[in-house]
Amino acid sequence: MRTNVNGEWREADIWPGASLLTLLRDAFGLTGSKNACEQGECGSCSVWLDGELVCACLVLAAQAHDRQVRTVESVADGQRMSAVQDAFVEAGAVQCGFCTPGFVVAVTHLLAQDPNPNEVQVREALSGNICRCTGYAKILDAVTLAASRLREDR
Amino acid sequence: MRSEMDVYVPRTLDEALQQKSAHPDAISLAGGTDVMVEINFGRLRPAGIIDLTRIPELREWRREDSHLFLGAGVTYSRIVRELADFVPLVQASRSVGSPQIRNRGTVGGNLGTASPAGDALPVLAAYDAEVVLQNRRGTRSLPWHTFLQGPKKTAMAPDELIRGTRWQVVNGPGSFSKIGTRNAMVIAVAGLCLQVDQDARQVRVALGSVGPTILRAPEAERFIAERLTWDDPGAPVTDEVVAEFAELVGRAAKPIDDVRGTARYRVHGCTVLAGRALRWALEERKAFKWL
Repeated sequence: MRTNVNGEWREADIWPGASLLTLLRDAFGLTGSKNACEQGECGSCSVWLDGELVCACLVLAAQAHDRQVRTVESVADGQRMSAVQDAFVEAGAVQCGFCTPGFVVAVTHLLAQDPNPNEVQVREALSGNICRCTGYAKILDAVTLAASRLREDR
Repeated sequence: MRSEMDVYVPRTLDEALQQKSAHPDAISLAGGTDVMVEINFGRLRPAGIIDLTRIPELREWRREDSHLFLGAGVTYSRIVRELADFVPLVQASRSVGSPQIRNRGTVGGNLGTASPAGDALPVLAAYDAEVVLQNRRGTRSLPWHTFLQGPKKTAMAPDELIRGTRWQVVNGPGSFSKIGTRNAMVIAVAGLCLQVDQDARQVRVALGSVGPTILRAPEAERFIAERLTWDDPGAPVTDEVVAEFAELVGRAAKPIDDVRGTARYRVHGCTVLAGRALRWALEERKAFKWL
């Protein structure tokens, strides 16, 4: 099967029952998307499939055949972190870090749709991502910080 | 454990129906929010998988005279964006999982999985919807209660696909509500849809997560239909009537104790949801001045 990942067409020969997450991690070596719950509960494998936010663990790899996948690896510009990534570091929104890639993808998606979300909208947009360390307060701070910087840049 | 498995990726409905006919033991896969969990955990090893996400016909919804046809592959995110007139359906859709889940999950998937906790199912029951099934020879429509036979059991034949669901568009207020430990990512402990049908002079109530399949509350429905002043939406309804209606809805539940809640709590939950849903509907009836 072949899939466009972060702008590049890639091919793999994998077990037909494998998920998109397995394809990304095991076949393509893109380990930014984390494998945690494997049931769509935790959001740590969040990626874009044809521009839509999805859990890669719930997509059969074959369903991504001939489609566009974008992962957390595409968020930074080379060695330069994105505004969302910077904000996570500065706000102290990263503790153990396992959920961070999923949150970065979900927050990047949210701010691309809505540059000025209120807290309720942020909470709803991030309701599919679980963090067991921060208690979420600092993640919400990071979203506010990233949103204000992105608005300044416009 | 890995096993032999064939994956079919049909691009048209005809192709999918032919594949389902040739491989009746292959499982249909839409958004994957139920099926992929079973595969990831090794609990499901189908001989084949038919991917239904590339079939344009399944992703359509349309008005058909006084009915709405909703294709099996329309996702919950799209329902929230595109079907705002169908308030209980939108409320149920928005309560499904998380944004990631709503971008993938479909009403067809809820029907195929046939879990009593499927959030869209009480809404379809309160709409008196039918389920449209199709195989190579043609289509057939079954009332929702004939299609849903029990927990994870449906009347679908092995060579059939769920084409979609159809219901008569109802004139009147309605709502969906559910009980769980948080607003997102909740498998309902109890779920309820109440729909007033002004034209048929009915109040239809359906319950989820409190029985082997979706349940209606016929006694409660008869009771309230007789007590509403149908020609005068502003006519007061006493607290006693609301309470008795709620009590009758609670009695229609047939719950069990499980990890998410006790049977007693679920009956209580249905009673509370029913009273609230009726109050909301009565307020809306007043405001909209249906006549």
